[in-house]
Amino acid sequence: MKKIINDPSTVVAESLRGFALAHADLVTVQEDPAVVYRADAPVPGKVALISGGGSGHEPMHGGYVGRGMLSAACPGAVFTSPTPDQMQDAITKTDGGAGVLLIVKNYTGDVLNFETAAELAAAEDVEVRSVVVDDDVAVKDSLYTAGRRGVGGTVLLEKIVGAAAERGDDLAACEALANRVIANVRSMGLALTACTVPHVGEPSFDLAEDEIEVGIGIHGEPGRQKMKIAPADELVDRLLDPILEDLPFTAGDRVLLFTNSMGGTPPIELYLAHGIAERKLADAGITVERRFVGPYITSLEMQGMSFTLLKLDDEMVGLWDAPVHTPALRWGV
Amino acid sequence: MGCTASDVVAAIKAVADVVAEHKVELTQLDRAIGDADHGENLNRGFTAVLAALDGATPETPSAVLKTVATTLISKVGGAAGPLYGTAFLRAATATAKSDELDAAAVVAALTAALEGVVARGKAEPGDKTMVDALEPAVRASSAAADDGGDVAAVLRAAADAAASGAEATIPLVARKGRASYLGERSAGHLDPGARSSSLLLRALADVAAR
Repeated sequence: MKKIINDPSTVVAESLRGFALAHADLVTVQEDPAVVYRADAPVPGKVALISGGGSGHEPMHGGYVGRGMLSAACPGAVFTSPTPDQMQDAITKTDGGAGVLLIVKNYTGDVLNFETAAELAAAEDVEVRSVVVDDDVAVKDSLYTAGRRGVGGTVLLEKIVGAAAERGDDLAACEALANRVIANVRSMGLALTACTVPHVGEPSFDLAEDEIEVGIGIHGEPGRQKMKIAPADELVDRLLDPILEDLPFTAGDRVLLFTNSMGGTPPIELYLAHGIAERKLADAGITVERRFVGPYITSLEMQGMSFTLLKLDDEMVGLWDAPVHTPALRWGV
Repeated sequence: MGCTASDVVAAIKAVADVVAEHKVELTQLDRAIGDADHGENLNRGFTAVLAALDGATPETPSAVLKTVATTLISKVGGAAGPLYGTAFLRAATATAKSDELDAAAVVAALTAALEGVVARGKAEPGDKTMVDALEPAVRASSAAADDGGDVAAVLRAAADAAASGAEATIPLVARKGRASYLGERSAGHLDPGARSSSLLLRALADVAAR
């Protein structure tokens, strides 16, 4: 394992220290329990948005804390959900009197820990609601799985609902909007290489030189299927087809296309894939109204990518375009 | 003769040692069908439990179990934190009135722990989870108590049944937790949660046998 680290057990804490120094104008970072806050939290009268998850997906979630997006983020150990004490602290310090919306990705650990935190907060008389993002079409949503995973759709949700909270929408409206995004967003990813979790020290799954893993999550967990590497045109189909069939997205739909790098795939390949996807969507009569391209929800140094497609309505477009000022996203300011 | 608070503390310390010894094994099992953090997370949790027990002297078995529960819930994360935390919390509640735990109290604690895990995780036997170790363990411990077994006999029965239950997860296809994303590919692997539950019960049984 080659990584720029001192000790696997201090990776998250040391990285947060650097993040705090780099973005002191936007966020406050508390070390124990670890929470990234908006520098001006709590904002009186505004619904607080809190998310969190394992570390290793940067810039998610800490990079999305700030005006127009999250109020706080709780970083767990690498690929491990954060704990209720972090979430409780985040809830207490960001509640501006208008309630708190917890944005949870659908993984067993995340759901259980956020559930526990919500129960504890309810006992403190803070109004807390939760939404669970489950946009990964690679997993069958059935009685026989833990349900679909929350992946790229989470970032789009945090931006759109963050803008709604900023303009003054109440808790019920923010919750309803979040569920509308969840109902209209789908994702799928693939990996060319596995990633190496620092405390494990070896790649999280085994892939031959000419193999790729299709239908991966964001935690280095293997996907549903291995296949031989193929030309980009075919790889894009492998991801887009299941997404389009699932919702389904059909001719006449307006969409946001989010082309995401898992961390190790360089922009040159990402833009190449994005271009192919735009062409295929145009051929299918689907209008790409907004684009989002880059490493925004990653799996450490994994080479690979994912597509996320969100069916847009006018309100979502307006909220997507609204000003945002966070360490990782900044426009309109 | 029953178990006092200090007996329970000794048992928890033994559990922490076993978790530390098997940290790499549990993480390797999790790497195969999960996300390679189970051993690391449990070890972090029980290291914190040892620190918490060093600083406090809980007076009853229930108070010891509650300290374990709150520490695991706040330090472990992942699914294992809330699940094991809830298990210990329910066990603490089930034994709240006892200064010493006899065989019946141990069975009551194990039963409550299993119910807590099922309530939180919503897994059923056969889903390839820790329930596959805990459920037969509870049944075996109850049968051992009915036969007049003491605490050591009850825990030995639980540990034996948990070990077989864990082994029996190998051919199963996971229906809960992260391994369920793999579908058929999860078959052929020992479930890390069932394995850690089996290790915990074996550690308790070994302490009780001394």
